[in-house]
This record gives sequence, structure tokens and C-alpha cells, in this order.
Amino acid sequence: MTDSWSTTEMRFRDPARARALAARLAEVVEGAGRKISVMHVCGSHEQAIAKYGLRASFPKQLEVIMGPGCPVCVTDLPEVDEAVALARAGVRIATYGDMLKVPGTSMSLADAQTEGAKVDIVYSVMQAVELAKSTTDEIVFFASGFETTAVATAAVIVQGVPKNFSVLSAHKYIPPVMEIVAEMPGATVEGFLAAGHAATITGSAIFERFAARHHKPVVVAGFEPLDILAGLVALVELVVAGNATAINAYPRCVSRDGNKVAQALLWKVFRATGGRWRGIAHVPSGNLRLRDEYADVDARRRFTIDMQSLWDMAPPALVAQCVCGDIMAGIASPSACNLFGKACTPETPVGACMVSSEGTCRIWHQYGGHPDLVRIGRAV
Amino acid sequence: MCLGVPGRVIAVDGMIATVDFWGVKKQVRLDVIDEPVTPGDYVLNHVGYAIRRIPPEDIGETLALYDELLAGKSGADLMADDVRGELAASVTASASPRPAND
Ligand code: SF4
Repeated sequence: MTDSWSTTEMRFRDPARARALAARLAEVVEGAGRKISVMHVCGSHEQAIAKYGLRASFPKQLEVIMGPGCPVCVTDLPEVDEAVALARAGVRIATYGDMLKVPGTSMSLADAQTEGAKVDIVYSVMQAVELAKSTTDEIVFFASGFETTAVATAAVIVQGVPKNFSVLSAHKYIPPVMEIVAEMPGATVEGFLAAGHAATITGSAIFERFAARHHKPVVVAGFEPLDILAGLVALVELVVAGNATAINAYPRCVSRDGNKVAQALLWKVFRATGGRWRGIAHVPSGNLRLRDEYADVDARRRFTIDMQSLWDMAPPALVAQCVCGDIMAGIASPSACNLFGKACTPETPVGACMVSSEGTCRIWHQYGGHPDLVRIGRAV
Repeated sequence: MCLGVPGRVIAVDGMIATVDFWGVKKQVRLDVIDEPVTPGDYVLNHVGYAIRRIPPEDIGETLALYDELLAGKSGADLMADDVRGELAASVTASASPRPAND
């Protein structure tokens, strides 16, 4: 095995419990006597699965696919273009580190920065506000992330922000995209592992309605190896039993109704509108945009954003070969991409999935990838 | 960006809590948490905001995962880096005076 593997060996705090869960998983899948495909909708799940080498412990007949769980990866090209266009027009952009290298139609924010545009990396929206207070420059916070992160943006806006601060929202809302993926033609997914922390905000009840509508079970699971294994056992049991319900296997962070204060803040500031998720589809109600009441802090209304000049430039040819979208829709894996690890690496990413710490390509590249794990056998 | 980190509340002042993260004191905002928070509580924090009070019986398990993640090398471990990013988000909160219209 490669060196990258030695740093990612499985280290369970409770190996006995891990072994028991893996054995139970194998038993349930074997009992079904057929292939079972489930999807998780969370970049942190994929990180944990790869980091701890969990795939090696999954039964051969079980396929665990990563869905659209990386907020950076689903940020659509025109959204990146808007930020790039503003940056090139002399506006100072503050954004989360993951957004810097995400390719737009013809360039990323990092490329714009190289050309002289001002782009600041922040870890929180409050840092962006601080930046605005320290300068007379117009600061646009290019906001990405799912509901968990959007809530922070909402809270800051409600608190009140300096006059030279505005928000370019690329925030996305997870529940609607699950509807799309569940109905995708050709999708073989029979159940979903939902992301623990986004569900902290929305609550698990939202998935009860989803499960009933699509006749597919959902299990809300945490991020540690044992959480994921336990979540998968519960999910596969439900699939085999044909029981389309939702289970909260992560009660330490998720309640049935979610965080109502956070939900109220979220919907006070944002409205859900339809929009494209990169590579996946148009997702009705999948984009979070500022409500009219907050038009004065909406960068889209404060500035005239000229993206035409970007679109007039020839788009990089390699991007056409990126299959990020298919990966996030659960119908391809990075090994299906000719560029993976060759033309496309974390240093020179071609697609957004190679940029974000939650992108499948980046995760597979970092932790040695999925195919190799099979060779080291059943490690648990 | 979605991981969140747990920490123990040391003091509460209006909408700002001082939280102990592995021995380092930082401040997080309480605007979006849905339960009253008092010193001694553990909260899950995301980009500078507490988003959930962790039930006392679940704290041991929650902390253990993060202990292990933080032991990971910087640059070599995506999850460890995400956790460090979350901690950095709270550092800034502590450096910030209260927002204007508070
Ligand atoms: S390896 Fe790069 S080009 Fe290929 S699908 Fe992943 S992000 Fe796209």
C-alpha cells in the first residue's frame, strides 16, 4: 500500500464494537442476497469513510455512494462568475477558503487574485464584517454552504452590518436536492444516510415526510466511524425490511424538530428559490437568496454584475471532461474520470470536487481512493 | 465546512459565550441556539455560532472523535483541517467587538 494509507489506518476507540457492527452489516446484506445501494448526502461522511478506511469493511454487495453533500462542489459556474466579475471590477471579496480555487466559466477567484483582484479568506462571516469595519472598501461576502452555514450569515445580517458590507449568497438548502436525487432516472439508491449537522438545523422530522413520499428509508447519522457503521446497519435493515421510515441515529446533535430559533432566522433573511446545482440539475427551492427586506445588503442588487466579459473568454477545454456532476448525482465515481490524479489534482483542480475538503475527488485523492481499499481486505 | 466543533461554556454575557475548546478560551455567538446556555454546558459550534446544546449524557462520545481528529497532521488530514478551520472561526469572534446594532 502507499504511504497515504499508513496515515489513514483504522483507529477505532472501540474496535470490538466496530467489528460487531461490521459483522452485523455483512449479515444483513448477505441475508438480502442481492446488491444494495445507499447514498450519503454529506461531505464529512465521505471524509470519515475514506479517512478510516471504512469502505474496506463494507460487504461487497453494499454500495455506499456519495451524493450532493459538498456545498462548494454544487456552487454553480455562474455563481462563481458573479464573484469573479465583482472582484475584477475592483470590489473586495471575502469568502471561505474552499471557494478560492473553485473554477468559474473562465477563471476562479484565485486566478482573479493573481491578476490583482482583492480576495480575502475568512473562517466566519463575522470576520468578513470585521474586515468591512476596518476599511472604506466595499466588502462583498461570497457566502457558500448549506443551511448550517447560512444560519450564521442570517444572524449577522439581522444583527446589522456596516454600510460597505453586502452578501453574495450561494447558500444552498439540502432537503430539495434529495427530492431530485431520489427521483433521478437510473438511480439505484434505495436509502439515504442524512448529514448530522445540517439536520441539527432542519431536524429529523423533515426526513420522515421525505421517506414516506419516496418510499425510501433515511437514517440521520453522525461522523465518527462507529456512528457511520451503526447508521448503515440501521439503514440497510430498513431497506431489507421495505420499511420506508426515517430514524435519527444521531440524537446527540439532532432533535426531531431541529433548531427552531435557527430556522426562524434562516427564513427571516432568506427565501428558497429554484436554481442550478453544478452538474446536477435545476433544484426547485434549492438556492437560498436574500429576501426583499434585505435588498440593501444584497450584492446582486447593490452592484451591476457584468459576467459577459467572462463568458466572452474561451472556457478552459479540460472542464468539459469533468464528471463532478455525475459523481454528485451518484452515477459515477472519481475513477471514472480520466483527469483524476493526472490533469486534475488538489494543486491544479479542474473541477470543484477536487477543490473542497468535502469534495469526493479531493477526499479520494487525499486518502488513497476507493479501489485500493478493496485490496487491503476486510480490515475491521 | 459542515463539521462543527464541541466546546464547554465557561461564561455567558448576553449573546456571547466564552467557550473552552481543548483548554483554549474563545468566544462564540448564541444568536442561533434554541436552549438557554449556562456555564458547564457543552455546545456544538459552527463558523463562530453555537448551534446546539449537546445533551450531557452524550458529551463523552462527541469529544472523543474530535480529540482524535485534532491529533491529525495539518495538511495531511482533511477532517483535522476542517476542525481547525472551525476553531479559527471562533478565535475571530473573540477578537471582534460586538456588532454595531447589538
Ligand atoms: S477528478 Fe477533477 S475533473 Fe475529474 S471529476 Fe473530479 S473534479 Fe472533475
